[in-house]
Amino acid sequence: MSADQGNAASGSATYNEPVVDFELAKGMGLAEDEYGRICDILGRVPTYTELGITSALWSEHCSYKSSKVYLREFPTEGERVLQGPGENAGVVDIGNGWVAVFKMESHNHPSFIEPYQGAATGVGGILRDIFTMGARPVACLDALRFGDIDAPRMRYLIDGVVRGIGDYGNCVGIPTVGGETSFHSGYNENILVNAFALGLARHDGIFHARASGAGNPMLYAGSATGRDGIHGATMASESFDAESESKRPTVQVGDPFTEKIVLEACLEVMRTDAAVAVQDMGAAGLTSSAFEMADRGGVGFRLDLDQVPLRQPNISPYEIMLSESQERMLLVAHRGRQEEVVKIFERWGLEVAEIGEITGDGRAQIFAGGEEVANMPISPLATNAPMYRRPVAEPSDLAARQAPPEVPEPDDLGATLASLLDTPELGCKSWIWHQYDHTVRTNTVIGPGGDAAVLALKGTPGGLGLTSDVNPVYCSLDPATGGAQAVAEAVRNLACVGAEPVGLTDCLNFGNPENPEVSWQFREAVRGISAGCRALDVPVISGNVSFYNETEGRSIPPTPTIAMVGVIADVMNLPVAHFTTVGDRVLVLGRDASEFGGSAYLRLLHGVEQGAPPRVDLEAESRLAGLLRSLVSEGLVHTAHDLAEGGLGVALAEACFGGGLGVELEINDQPHQLFSETQARAIVAVAPDFVEQVMAKAEKLGVPVVEVGSVGGSSMKLRCDGAAMDSKVEDLHRIWSTALPRALGM
Amino acid sequence: MKCGVVVFPGSNCDHDVYHVLKHTLGQEVLFLWHGDTSVQGCELVVLPGGFSYGDYLRAGAMAVHSPIMAAVRELADNGGRVLGICNGFQILLEAGMLSGAMRRNQSLRFECRDLFLKVERHDLPFTSGYRSGQVLRMPIAHAEGCYIDTGGALDELERNRRVVFRYVDPEGGEASGENATKWNVNGSARAIAGVCNDAGNVLGMMPHPERCADQLFGNDDGLAVLASAVGMAADPKGAVA
Amino acid sequence: MTVRARVTVYPRREILDAQGKAIAGALGRLGFDRVLDVRAGKSFEIVLSDNGGSVEEELGQISEQLLANTLIEDYSVELLESESA
Repeated sequence: MSADQGNAASGSATYNEPVVDFELAKGMGLAEDEYGRICDILGRVPTYTELGITSALWSEHCSYKSSKVYLREFPTEGERVLQGPGENAGVVDIGNGWVAVFKMESHNHPSFIEPYQGAATGVGGILRDIFTMGARPVACLDALRFGDIDAPRMRYLIDGVVRGIGDYGNCVGIPTVGGETSFHSGYNENILVNAFALGLARHDGIFHARASGAGNPMLYAGSATGRDGIHGATMASESFDAESESKRPTVQVGDPFTEKIVLEACLEVMRTDAAVAVQDMGAAGLTSSAFEMADRGGVGFRLDLDQVPLRQPNISPYEIMLSESQERMLLVAHRGRQEEVVKIFERWGLEVAEIGEITGDGRAQIFAGGEEVANMPISPLATNAPMYRRPVAEPSDLAARQAPPEVPEPDDLGATLASLLDTPELGCKSWIWHQYDHTVRTNTVIGPGGDAAVLALKGTPGGLGLTSDVNPVYCSLDPATGGAQAVAEAVRNLACVGAEPVGLTDCLNFGNPENPEVSWQFREAVRGISAGCRALDVPVISGNVSFYNETEGRSIPPTPTIAMVGVIADVMNLPVAHFTTVGDRVLVLGRDASEFGGSAYLRLLHGVEQGAPPRVDLEAESRLAGLLRSLVSEGLVHTAHDLAEGGLGVALAEACFGGGLGVELEINDQPHQLFSETQARAIVAVAPDFVEQVMAKAEKLGVPVVEVGSVGGSSMKLRCDGAAMDSKVEDLHRIWSTALPRALGM
Repeated sequence: MKCGVVVFPGSNCDHDVYHVLKHTLGQEVLFLWHGDTSVQGCELVVLPGGFSYGDYLRAGAMAVHSPIMAAVRELADNGGRVLGICNGFQILLEAGMLSGAMRRNQSLRFECRDLFLKVERHDLPFTSGYRSGQVLRMPIAHAEGCYIDTGGALDELERNRRVVFRYVDPEGGEASGENATKWNVNGSARAIAGVCNDAGNVLGMMPHPERCADQLFGNDDGLAVLASAVGMAADPKGAVA
Repeated sequence: MTVRARVTVYPRREILDAQGKAIAGALGRLGFDRVLDVRAGKSFEIVLSDNGGSVEEELGQISEQLLANTLIEDYSVELLESESA
């Protein structure tokens, strides 16, 4: 190693920092070869601050070092894609001069520690990812995975997460229009909180976080910096004393009011052309925002940490660089125009400080108390970030778990359906979404509770469909099939509201990637998602990976959440997911193949999670989605609802609930098939005059179709081979609508 | 009619009201900044929903001290129309421009859902587009919407016919007894959803008429509140001529 | 015998107090220029029967288990008065 000139960061004498060696680096989560690599890049031993910066930038969260080799498989391009993965969020063209900007991110670990603040700051973070791109956020979705309701702390976690999401989104004024919530013992010790946000911008209004222009000032705006969420791993390598108690890494606390005014101020700044780049200080705070911005623009920067607004005195340079205090933005302004930016922030009552400037030498120079505490080349840190192809191994018990399960016949169809509807898993989730403002901004045509949410685009006849899907039980039995199924189900949900998919974002939640079986799950899931994307023509435009969702060696079920967005040409007179009209004929699209592996029927009623999940026939999914979209756009159906967990039985019951209407049906199947989860199926309700036309269309497009009965009465009456049910819709509805609050004891 | 929509830090229904006034009703509308000291000749001022100052301390408590509020008060004193929706209603209560106060919902949770309102006064500038006793479906979205006052003050409110909207069941029946938790979800005293001042030119209401002003969303029951307020509701069915 | 006590809960010093910050800003705008900082907390008055056990200890448990979230909040306990029933 040799010290080259101008590369002489000495570290801070003022803050009594520990001596840097491999042991310290290990405590920060760096492997031995990674420590060697940073020494090589610098040509010397890093300072304490530099080591902290490196460990953050090379962390799994920021560097995607274990997932990158696989993520490259995703198709990320398409006619409408203006920005794929790699920016704060992806961008797709949705027509009429508008673009949609969206992304999904996890906030799993913080939500398990402090559910209210963890979930709230998850929403805050994803909203900032959207508005830093110049887009106004208009909708959120949340995909939540909880453990058994009776598991320790679980009611507290559920209540806290729901309140946290609600209080934050409601205050900022972004409607939460959908999402999903499910329960499985695999999440008892690791809940998942995946937050999605979507924003709108004009085509020419997109803003990139790419710094440029040596001499341009760097501005800090928003809340002051505290010790929130500083990398916990480092504390393990320091001895605890009276002083360290107060330095304990603290929970990030969200302030939605500040977020709202930061949002308004940033959008106003971006309309002025006075700003070059804007980025939020998210994970790894000032470190990742400054380095990413500079790396994208191929420039360097000089930061003076003494200018950073602090919430309390004596925060060290290391802590300032790694703090994850919320609601903070980093901006680069054009030299000479920073006053315009400052004025806007001050008008909104926000603190702004000039904390540095862009340089042309590609280096990060950081000063504190007049000392240089870091001096590192930016591009080599990014390009030399570690990347691993971790060992993979098929789980040893896979074959046993995939063995065909026994499927008992239901004793009593009505009672069986009622017991399924009586579970938190399949029961109504309105207890959750009544706590979310889903109508603010007055774009919500279809809100939570349907197959897909629908937003109107004011000033145009069109709109957007939004959905999020994954079935972790399928993924756990066969991650590749589960990954493809998540994509297919999202496409199907969108098709039910006539939406043509334009892109998806993913949140890939897995256990520890250093466990070969987890790595195998990840590789397989990505393979399945990629296959689904290619067959159904949906590009991946952004996403997030969350590893290490494990406790004492127990990993969560693989959970690759897919959130998909589609465009709708005309949002007037869309079908809904429930029956609306007495006399409508009910048609089932797609054909059952009696598939029960990983089904709700076996899992929730018989305690069996076994078998291969339902086969995913992507060709059939494509035909079905095409048919549904064409039925919707031609106005031929009043009701369209996809078949998912719980099969035809649960889908029919849900369709009865929305309007309180009954059905009378005759189905040529065995009784248990009512709960089979064969994919590529949906139900539609059609006015009698249109039945022939719908049947002809289905046959032409190669989708099996059968007419099973009609809408009417106040009961769900159903006959199949050797069994029948006749249950009052009102009774089933009461069970279904109170299942979740009853289980929670609310 | 020249209309103003006040923007406080944290207002988030400002654009929604603006949209209805401007694009659905074709009025001249401007945003009034909380730091301004004049309503710039507006004849109708709307205090929109949202979380002014984060609803910290008490909902509406800090917005009351904004410079614009002196001008809003002056407009009301001179007979101009002032409509407070949700957070705007809370601000009017904190300002003393309407009587009563807000507590947290009895569920202690934020509640976003459609409820039903009975029109108790159809002779006000804000309700001339409705029939007396008409039942409206309208969404609420708030955490602090439990209207309270002392028994005596409530009696006086009723005597002076200052209750404008009351929560009812879908058929117009009283939201009391077993019905109360379902249809008066915030637990408001006497199921009160909206009140006016003595002169009838200041109205505060918790439900959001601007969110149900377009058949695209399957409900335009709220349009007549805003249409009446700008003098455009000739047809008492709530339809705009 | 009964004991009346007050438990006060504040956001921990190093934690962002969004409410306190907003109130301090509002006071500044109202012209109270001398206000430098506000912290917004909660106060609970609790009456306990004094049956001989340590009241302070019990109030500590009450605070830890319910009134305060010690991840983000500190609390203090103050005994106000004792009364015979």
